[in-house]
Amino acid sequence: MSIATIVECPVCAGSVEVAADVIVGELLDCGECGTELEVRSIAPTLTLEEAPMSAEDWGE
Amino acid sequence: MLVEAFRARDVDLVVADDREIHGDLAAWPSGLPEVDIVVLRAKSHWRNVVLARWLESRGVRPVNAAAVLETCGDKVSTTLALLGAGVPTLSASVAFSPEGGRLAADGVGYPLVVKPVVGSWGRLIGKVSDRDALEAILDHKDALGGAPHAVTYLQRFLDLRGRDVRSFVIGGRCVAAIHRTSAHWKTNTHLGATTSALPVDGALARISEAAAAAVGGGAVAVDLFESDDGYLVNEVNGSMEFRNSVGTTGVDIPGLLADHALAEPGRRRPTGAP
Repeated sequence: MSIATIVECPVCAGSVEVAADVIVGELLDCGECGTELEVRSIAPTLTLEEAPMSAEDWGE
Repeated sequence: MLVEAFRARDVDLVVADDREIHGDLAAWPSGLPEVDIVVLRAKSHWRNVVLARWLESRGVRPVNAAAVLETCGDKVSTTLALLGAGVPTLSASVAFSPEGGRLAADGVGYPLVVKPVVGSWGRLIGKVSDRDALEAILDHKDALGGAPHAVTYLQRFLDLRGRDVRSFVIGGRCVAAIHRTSAHWKTNTHLGATTSALPVDGALARISEAAAAAVGGGAVAVDLFESDDGYLVNEVNGSMEFRNSVGTTGVDIPGLLADHALAEPGRRRPTGAP
């Protein structure tokens, strides 16, 4: 059974639930401030950063 | 989803961050393990194109090929490819000056749509209802300058009645399709459009597969309009997004994409390469 981890949002300091099977680079939203966050590291410490802003050539 | 699909296929998978890739173009990219197959999923179109070219020079056949990404990422190239292949599409006019834009718009007629030649997610796409509005846009583009505004790309406005179609073509086969519905005339899900499943019938499969072939194949998402004369291809997306479509269609799009990637020939080292 995967157990989520609660991490502090780097933007609003709110609580962000991160799934146990998350991978580096994965994007998720802070449920409290709505900021899009990126998983920058998992070990030794799970860290989140604000995801890069959309650039002019982003998309499909 | 795609990572899970590869892991389910017992693949030795590496997820690489393009921000950590760099190096000499005459050598394998630093920051990327020497792998046999690459699926390019960077959000940046240009990074995907550069990586595709670089990797192709090192004997890898990425998904998608650089030529496919370049054609799909440029609306002029896409339109020319579709026209050249006889795929029903909404044609376009281009201009390189404000006066040229006015003349081109007179030929297209109003209302029309102005689009950037390179761009996605509905960015910088504007509906122009009359000459006054067009001139405001052309004057702004001329004043802003720079590469994004050097070419004006115009198409006639087609009343979609609130929805368009997106189909998914992988390895030459149309595997799924959705309707995208929105109260806004732009039907990007990025802008809030909702999706519903659309069964893939013969007509949709034929035009979607023809559009994919016209841009070079691979794994692409085809955006289509439903006109009184049948389907028209609007554009072809070389870095398909499918998260909103898997549950809607019930089709394992990432799984099919993974299978397509794994079917690509393994890496062939360039002659003389270390």
